[in-house]
Amino acid sequence: MRITYPHMGNLYIVVRALLLSLGLDVVLPPPTSRRTVELGVRHSPEFACFPFKLNLGNYLEAQESGADTILMAGGVGPCRFGYYAQVQQQILSDLGVDMEMVVLEPPDVSFQEIKDKIRYLVGGLSWWQIFKAVRFAWCKARAVDIVEERLLHLRPRVEDPLLLEKLYRDALQEIDHAGDRKTVQRVVVNYQKKTGKLKKRSVKPLRIGLVGEIFTILEPFANYEMEKRLGLLGVEVNRSIWLSAWINEHLFGGLLRVKYESAHDKELATPYLNSFVGGHGVETVGCTVGFARRDYDGVIQLAPLTCMPEIVAHSVFPALAKDYDIPLLTFYLDEHSGEAGIQTRLEAFLDLAAARSNKKGEQMSGSVFRN
Amino acid sequence: MDLFLGIDVGSVSTNLVVIDPRGELYLSPLYLRTQGQPIKTVQQGLSLLNERLTKKDRICGVGTTGSARALAAVLVGADLVKNEITSHAVAALHAVPAVQTVLEIGGQDSKIIIIKDGIVVDFAMNTVCAAGTGSFLDQQASRLNLTIEEFGNIALKANNPVRIAGRCTVFAESDMIHKQQMGHSLPDIVAGLCEALVRNYLNNIGKGLEIRPPVVFQGGVAANAGMREAFRKALQTEVIVPKHFDVMGAYGAALLVRDHILEKGVKTNFRGFEVTSQKYQNSSFICQGCPNSCEVIEIKQDDLLLARWGDRCGRWTAAKAETFA
Repeated sequence: MRITYPHMGNLYIVVRALLLSLGLDVVLPPPTSRRTVELGVRHSPEFACFPFKLNLGNYLEAQESGADTILMAGGVGPCRFGYYAQVQQQILSDLGVDMEMVVLEPPDVSFQEIKDKIRYLVGGLSWWQIFKAVRFAWCKARAVDIVEERLLHLRPRVEDPLLLEKLYRDALQEIDHAGDRKTVQRVVVNYQKKTGKLKKRSVKPLRIGLVGEIFTILEPFANYEMEKRLGLLGVEVNRSIWLSAWINEHLFGGLLRVKYESAHDKELATPYLNSFVGGHGVETVGCTVGFARRDYDGVIQLAPLTCMPEIVAHSVFPALAKDYDIPLLTFYLDEHSGEAGIQTRLEAFLDLAAARSNKKGEQMSGSVFRN
Repeated sequence: MDLFLGIDVGSVSTNLVVIDPRGELYLSPLYLRTQGQPIKTVQQGLSLLNERLTKKDRICGVGTTGSARALAAVLVGADLVKNEITSHAVAALHAVPAVQTVLEIGGQDSKIIIIKDGIVVDFAMNTVCAAGTGSFLDQQASRLNLTIEEFGNIALKANNPVRIAGRCTVFAESDMIHKQQMGHSLPDIVAGLCEALVRNYLNNIGKGLEIRPPVVFQGGVAANAGMREAFRKALQTEVIVPKHFDVMGAYGAALLVRDHILEKGVKTNFRGFEVTSQKYQNSSFICQGCPNSCEVIEIKQDDLLLARWGDRCGRWTAAKAETFA
């Protein structure tokens, strides 16, 4: 069995650690690229969401590298994601691509089912060994988040963002290659030290919160590198979804304590959105309120085009903008999104966010002046 | 006189505006057709300006805007590169200080800007569809054998504008042909088309936004009397068209760069009017570094690399930084 799984930002590092420790043979798809998009778009229904198309492209590219089994998450509720795996499997089989799909439905739905699936994958491994593998993957998930958090904080502040970017890339690679928890922790400490020594500018950057659908937030390829664009325009970015927090909440049932800013924001969605609308609709609304309350200068919503839960959340935005007097901007993304249009709207959005904050008497550096 | 120059390089037109430190126009603005050659058009515009300026005039700051703002900035040595939304808002505020809504329709994009107490609070821009932009009107006018100026005035003669589906320009066109074959009069059809475009604009771009007066209508399409009338009818309010409605982007860039230079007290990066006589080579290549196959664009002046962009990873853009430094 040569197992693969789709990309979603830096998730590959965590899943690879888990599967390798479980003694599985892992074939990672090449990083998502324009070729991935072309492959995915060619074989997907036109109105499928962007993540679906990228997943499919990932599978096809992984198959070229020798993968024969796909590990995919399932889902329940109104979001179409719940059917991704089944539809993708059908498309692959119509294409004559011989790959087995193992779908892990969320553990809070059927624990027995996921137990059986894990047994099927790992064979006779002991539960202690499985626990150790999960612990190791978790350690990497935390490390990745810490490294990313630091990147988002420092990007608008350092004099040489390209150098910071390189340190970040190196750290990710070292975390990915690390064979034990001690090495992972050492990489993180070193990264903190090195980035701490970078020359900083004295600025008070604009603060923007990113909310929306998990894939479009976490996958830079899908969101046209929104975090980097914002960072280079002098903005400190925070987001509603972090990988480790998400794993903890959805896979561990919230067992562990993970400190992150938006941890309890979901509850703030009431009274604007009172029912589960699928996907991350409720989180989007709740976290927008959270960012507004913490006095962020603006919130940007990211969603795949035609994403129903995010459309529902978006419809609440005019009320939020009015109640909290905070600038909100929404991007629906797919393979047809124009980069020039995204950049123009972002720059204009930052101008208005900065103008609003200046009015409050603060000094802002998030201007888009050149030089 | 100390002067400030704003350059707006858009898909259809390239505009140049020169203002004095008070923000008033110093020369009549230049409105040139870009015709797919932004570099040449900017050079041409600068040399026209150079002919009109006297020896005492000095360009103290240059701001660029429009879809080719980055390219134009490298070319002339701009002090400020600003997106067209902010530029248009600044110019509208200068022309009508109390403005609350700006409607802007250009060649290939259209936008709406909501202003409150003199600052932009919201905006929207067409993203996936060109329905309701100047290019479509241009095309329909030439199909009906009218100049774009005649087109707008004919609409005013309508008694009973026909209803045309304006959701998609392709279907709007077939709807229009249908009405024409049914025997409707030309003014009624043209007026119907204007109303359809306005409806489409308000439904798509103005979706969820509160349009409050005073409303300012600018961009090339504001020249069209039929469109002005259609907006007035749909919004039930006066629609103000500023005097220099067709060069507001450039005007805004000039105002912004004036503020920037006067506030910071810095010297301009303007490379001078020699720019017009220099030869620039723009070329592109496909990077083979990874499967993203980015199209990298380079601008060279003789053999000196001025700028590079288009790469996702920053590898080529970084190379530029080194040559620059």
